[in-house]
Parts: sequence; structure tokens; C-alpha cells
Amino acid sequence: MTPAKPAGTLISTAANTWCPGCGNFSIQHMMKSAIAELSEEEGIPIENFVLLGGIGCHGKLVDYLNVNSLYGIHGRSIPAATGIRLANPDLKVICHVGDGDIYAEGLDHLIFAAKRNSDITVVVHDNRVYGLTTGQYTPTSPTGFRGRSTPGGITEHPMNPLEVMLAAGATYIARGYTGKIRHLKDLFKEAIMHRGFSFVDVLQICATYFNLTDYYNAHTYELQEGDVETGGFESAFGKIREWDYDRDAPIALGTFYSVKKPIYEEHFPVFAAGRVDRRALVRKVVDGRR
Amino acid sequence: MAEYSILIGGKAGEGINTAGLSIAGLFSRLGYRIYMYFDYPSLIRGGHNFAIIRAADRAIGAHRTPVDVLLAFDRNSIENHRERIHDGTTVIHDASRAAGSEGYGLPLSTILKEEEAPPITGNSAMLGALARVAGIGEDILEDVLRSSVPEKHLPANLRVARRGYDAVEGVFTVEPVDAPALPVLTGNEAAGLGLVHGGLESYVAYPMTPTSNLLHYLAGHAEDLAIKVIHPENEISVILMALGLAYAGERAAVGTSGGGFCLMTEGLSLAGMAEIPVTIVMGQRPGPSTGIPTYTSQTDLHFVLSAGQGEFPRFVVAPGDLEEAYTWSATALMLSWKYQIPSIILTDKTLAEGAYSFDIEALTPHPDLEPVLRDGAGEYRRYAPTESGVSPLAFPGREGAVVKTNSYAHDEAGFTTEDPVVVRELQDKLLRKGESLAAELAAYPTVKTYGARGAGMTVICWGSEKWACIEAAENLGARVVQPLVLSPFPVHAWNETMIGAGDVACVENNATGQLARLLREQGFDPGRSVLKYDGRPFAVDELEARLGEVFA
Repeated sequence: MTPAKPAGTLISTAANTWCPGCGNFSIQHMMKSAIAELSEEEGIPIENFVLLGGIGCHGKLVDYLNVNSLYGIHGRSIPAATGIRLANPDLKVICHVGDGDIYAEGLDHLIFAAKRNSDITVVVHDNRVYGLTTGQYTPTSPTGFRGRSTPGGITEHPMNPLEVMLAAGATYIARGYTGKIRHLKDLFKEAIMHRGFSFVDVLQICATYFNLTDYYNAHTYELQEGDVETGGFESAFGKIREWDYDRDAPIALGTFYSVKKPIYEEHFPVFAAGRVDRRALVRKVVDGRR
Repeated sequence: MAEYSILIGGKAGEGINTAGLSIAGLFSRLGYRIYMYFDYPSLIRGGHNFAIIRAADRAIGAHRTPVDVLLAFDRNSIENHRERIHDGTTVIHDASRAAGSEGYGLPLSTILKEEEAPPITGNSAMLGALARVAGIGEDILEDVLRSSVPEKHLPANLRVARRGYDAVEGVFTVEPVDAPALPVLTGNEAAGLGLVHGGLESYVAYPMTPTSNLLHYLAGHAEDLAIKVIHPENEISVILMALGLAYAGERAAVGTSGGGFCLMTEGLSLAGMAEIPVTIVMGQRPGPSTGIPTYTSQTDLHFVLSAGQGEFPRFVVAPGDLEEAYTWSATALMLSWKYQIPSIILTDKTLAEGAYSFDIEALTPHPDLEPVLRDGAGEYRRYAPTESGVSPLAFPGREGAVVKTNSYAHDEAGFTTEDPVVVRELQDKLLRKGESLAAELAAYPTVKTYGARGAGMTVICWGSEKWACIEAAENLGARVVQPLVLSPFPVHAWNETMIGAGDVACVENNATGQLARLLREQGFDPGRSVLKYDGRPFAVDELEARLGEVFA
């Protein structure tokens, strides 16, 4: 095992192209710190972390960290993450996805990964707007949002992704905010160490197209002991529905739900690589058909 | 050639496919080689299903129109097949459902009632009657039933088979052939076993005819073969899971048909750009769109050759029988890893769900190929430039290697770039892999021929039409040329093979001549197209007549 690296060396040499003031910086640096700290505290080698990125501003994060990465395609990080985890149970697999990326393009994968309790972590950079394609509405944009594709304002209501995840069977559900970075880092660490499907929706500032800094600062609060019973579906459900991503309401940050269930990957046998003579097995199967 | 054709027909749900395989078992035990065509509509109960089992004393892979014995569970199974019945055909029908039909009538409902046997055992009565008509001994009949029927149902099946046997009389005698009894497998099964031979560790698929049975077969034998078999939510997830497995070092393959492959194309392009190995079994069926789901076609050649945005190398092979499906599936998987490219095994319903005698002993496997792996020295760069275009692979979780794999244009280390020089170098690297692959394939039998050069007539075909062409061409005195590898196209081998080809016909199961178009693109003359696009494969006699017109 390599010794844990100081967090600073996890920043890659790739030139950063996010807008000044972008919420992605907070997520990048808190993920970097979470990985470095977990490596030190839990003895997880840095090479056992794998990051996946979708397409959108969020995806650039995987270029900016010196960690294994699969920089994939729009909305499709999650099935690839499950594949990676299936191939190597020692890996900590973390999907960085966007709200357009995973709530629109890849929603099926998100729901199914939660349903099967795949042992991966999904961090949603939820800025509630398409940034890289220059300002269209996403599944979490509030009603009336005027984007470049909907200049008259959208008439549909946003989805509450936490509610979707609870219904789908996610075993860890949390919400963070890029304006509260220490809290965010702790959520990342908790999510990564959760055995099973862990989901963190991060309310992220988009400095250019949808800057909700003042709104979030005014409405968010951190969940305290006793605010929610994280092992109880009904309790979590109630707290998750306190804010619906649309109407004005207090916005809770923290862990809403955390339960233990068997994980998807443990139902598959692990074969020692290269140790099985599968050609002999093929012969046996063919001979069995004579 | 000694040969027999048997048709068994009835409704869906009556176990026609299984009964067909039992009939194949009778002839296999006498040393015959088998081909079985199974025809069924896209429904679960009712309709009309039939199987034609052809047995011969040499290798075959196609059916003929006329049959020697017709086993009919209902009147449709006779009326729909009038053209197959001739003076020498023995018809055996279920007298309780097709009363008044010609031939022997088996009172199946009475037999089943008296023997207290379930309806499905009616197949065993037909099997027994066939054995008697064909002069096949009761010991062989019993052996077939013992190997195909679960223990607890065996006594009822044996009793019913005996009743069928006793209800008819001997008409002809199938003489044993001095050859080993070979197992009868489908193209799907041979492809699956070939993938495992090539190193498969995980198979991922969403059900779609005609490759659903490959998923079922590997899932049923996952433990026997020490593989994982995964059925996720859709074909997009299928290929992405396979790419995730491969990124982390596990050899994976997927299977689908045209509609599912449509969904996989963005993953295919990702595999091309990110250089992640993946092998795809693409079973064709007639389109456009849902088309005729349970029938056959060769209509997706150009789709698989050009699917996915951008320009990247791919390996495409179209096996024509079990031996080719087995050896080339293994090779396709190994090539995908050696060159870090997508490999596509292009089959169709005829091959995928057709059953053939399989002689694994007679196979000559292609050489084993190993992927190029990181040697462990120095800082790892996922896309390090090399002469061959192939960069050494490393997998996450290995000390000292940070593996950065990228769908964007990227530099050597795997970081996103838009630099014009780096972008051009990356594209050149991808294309160099294609050239290296083509050079390696020069040593492989990428183009196969049957019959003597200088025949003055050449029949070109690909995929499952191979055996109908071999037989038809033999009768006409023509030579057959079969390109197996379709990408990268084996230009040199094709040129060599076609010297002195004479009159040329190109046989395909499509309406526009897709191989002919590919040959023209490569600068070759494909001759006259002989096309069939009704969802059914050519029967040997049918093809012979069509070719006779072309070569007249």
C-alpha cells in the first residue's frame, strides 16, 4: 500500500476552466479532502478510488483530480460505475454527475442503481441549470424558470430527487450545499464509506446562469440530532418533502436516510483472475451435451 | 449423400423446438450430422411453429424444401407445408386434432388419457412413431428420452413413446454412419462458449431475439463456466456496464439485435474513443424497426460497420456456422483486448437459433492473443504513443498507476484537450491501431473458399448463408467465396481469392445487397445479387434454382 498522499498532490496539472465563483470548486476541493482523509483514516490506498464524470461542467472535476477516472458520456456514469465495482470489490467508486446529466439523460440508471443497491456513490452537482450548453432548464429548475430553450418560462414542476431516490430504494440519501464546504466534505466521507448505494444531491451555485447564493444562504439549515430518524422511511420521507425544489421553504442539509441492506455486487461470485481454466470448463459443458 | 429431412409442426407452447432437438438426437446417435431450422412467430401460445431437422452423413448447415417425414400436431402443420410433401413423404398426424388427414393417425388424446400422461408427452409419441417409421431401434429412442427428459417425467414419456412406436410401421431404414455421435448446439451457444474460450469473464445483455438465448444459455451455465452474467435495465446500461468492467480489468461481452444495438451506439463510440475493449454479439433480424422479430435477415452489415459518431477502428466478423462462431468469437474477444477496440460478432436468427452438430475436436483454434499491459516502470500514461497505436493497459487499484480514461479528445495522460496538434495525433493513433489490426489479420483465414478455383462460376456469400451456398454451388459446379472478416476488410486476401472468379453471384438475406455494396466500395465487382428478404433463409434447392438462373 502506498502511504496516504497529502491532499495537495491530488490536484492534477490540467488547466481549470470553470467560471470564477463556480460552485464546482467547492465540490472538487471537498472531494479531494474527503479522499485524502479517508485514505489516511481508513487506510484506503489512493489508487483504490475511481471517479466517474458525465458531461457538463461537473465532469471536468475528474480531469482536475489526480485520481483514477473514467470520463464518460452524458448520463451514463452509473452503469459503468457498477461495472467497475463488480470487477473489483476493493474499489471505492464515485460518480460525479450533473442534474441535467442524471435526472434527465440518465434517470433510468440512477433509479436502477438505487433499486439494486449497487455499492457506489453518486454525487449530483445540482446547479438546477445547464451550464455548458449555456442556460437551459433542468429537471430541478423551479417552475417559471426562463432558460434559452424556454424563454416564456417552464410550466412543469421540478422533481424532488431525494424523494425519487427514497422511493427507488437508495440506502443512503443526503443533501449538501457548496456554500457549506466542511459539512459537504463530511457528507462525502459518510457517503463513500456507506456500504450500498449512496446519493448526495449538492445544491451548487452556477455563478453565470443561476446564482442562488443569497437564496440558499437564507433558506438552508443543517440537520441536527433528532431532526430526522435516518433509519426510518417515514421520517426521512417527511423531512425530504419539507422543500420541493419549487416553493419557498426551509432547505435541510445533511443525511436524511441511511440503512443497511445487502448490496447488488455481493450476489455475484468473485473469481480469482487468471486462476480458472475456463477452457476445461467449456469442454466439460460441451461433453455434457453428447 | 445419405440424408433425411423431418418436419415437426404444431402450436407455440407445444415444445416443438425441444421435440426437434430430440429428433436430432435420434439421428446424432446413428452418426449423422444435423442441421435444424426452427420457425416460430412472435407469440407465446398458439400460432404455428415448426422445425425442420435435416440429417446427413456429412457436414451440412441448411435445410431442403421436401421432407421425408412430416409429424403434424394439427392440420396447419400439413396444409402450410403442402409444397414439402411428395410421394415418398410419410405423414404422421394427431388423429384427435387433424382427423381425416393423410398418413398415420395417432390418437394422442386417447393415448395420453390411457397412460395418464401430461399433454407435453405427445412429443414423445411422435418421436416414437418417427423411430418406428425410420427403422430406428427402441434402444436409441429410449436413450434419447433418458438424456432429454427429467427423471420424474421419464416413465410417462417412455410409455407414450412406446404407444407411438407401436401405432405405425416401418417405412424405411436409417442405416448407421460410422462417425461419432456429436452434440447438437445452436449458434448462440457456440458463440457463448467461444467467448469463454477467448477469456470471457462477464456477459451483460438485455433480452432481444435472436440473442436472448445466448443470455439464457450463459446465465444457466454461469457457475459451470465461472462467469458473471448480468441483465440490467436496458442496452445503454448493458454496454456501459461492460465498459466499466473492462476499465477495471475484466473481460466482458454483450449481446443484442439491431434495436438494442441502436441504443448501444453511443457506448460503442465511447469504447472507440476511450479505447476500452468490448465484444458485441449482434444477431440480425428483419427490420426496419421491430420488423419480424423471430425471423432472419442480413440487413445490418452497414449499420455495424459505421455505427457510432466519429472515426475509430473496429473488428467485425460474420461467422457462418458453429465452428466459425466458436473460433471467431474467441478471437474477436482477444483482438478487442489486444487492440483496445470494439469487436462485433455479426450473426443472424438462422445461425443464432439454428441447431447444428458441433465437433469441438475438429476445431483449429486461432492463436491466443494477449493484451499489452503496463510493465510497472515510470509514471503511467494511459494513452502513451506507440508505433502500433496500442498503449499499454493498466487498471485502477494497481499501485503507482493513475488510470485516466476519457471520452473527450485527450492527451497521452488522458486529460481533456482541444489542442489541434494533440487532437490530430490522437486520431492518427486510433487509425494506426486499425492498420496494426489489419496487418495481424493477414495471417488469419479472413476469406474462405469452397470448391476448386477455375470453376468459371463463383458464389459470394456471408454469414449463415454459407452452407446453403456450399451445397447449391457444389451441385452447379461453382466455387464459393465467403468473407468472414468484414472490418477491416481483407482487401489483399479478397483480391487473391477472386482471381479467375468467372461469373459471380452474391447471395444475401437482404433487399439491397449490402455485401455487394461493401465490395463495390472496396473497388471489387460483386457480380449479380441473389437476394431473399422474406425473413426466411434459403433452402438448398431454392437457392440452387435461383443460382441456376444467374449462371444460365
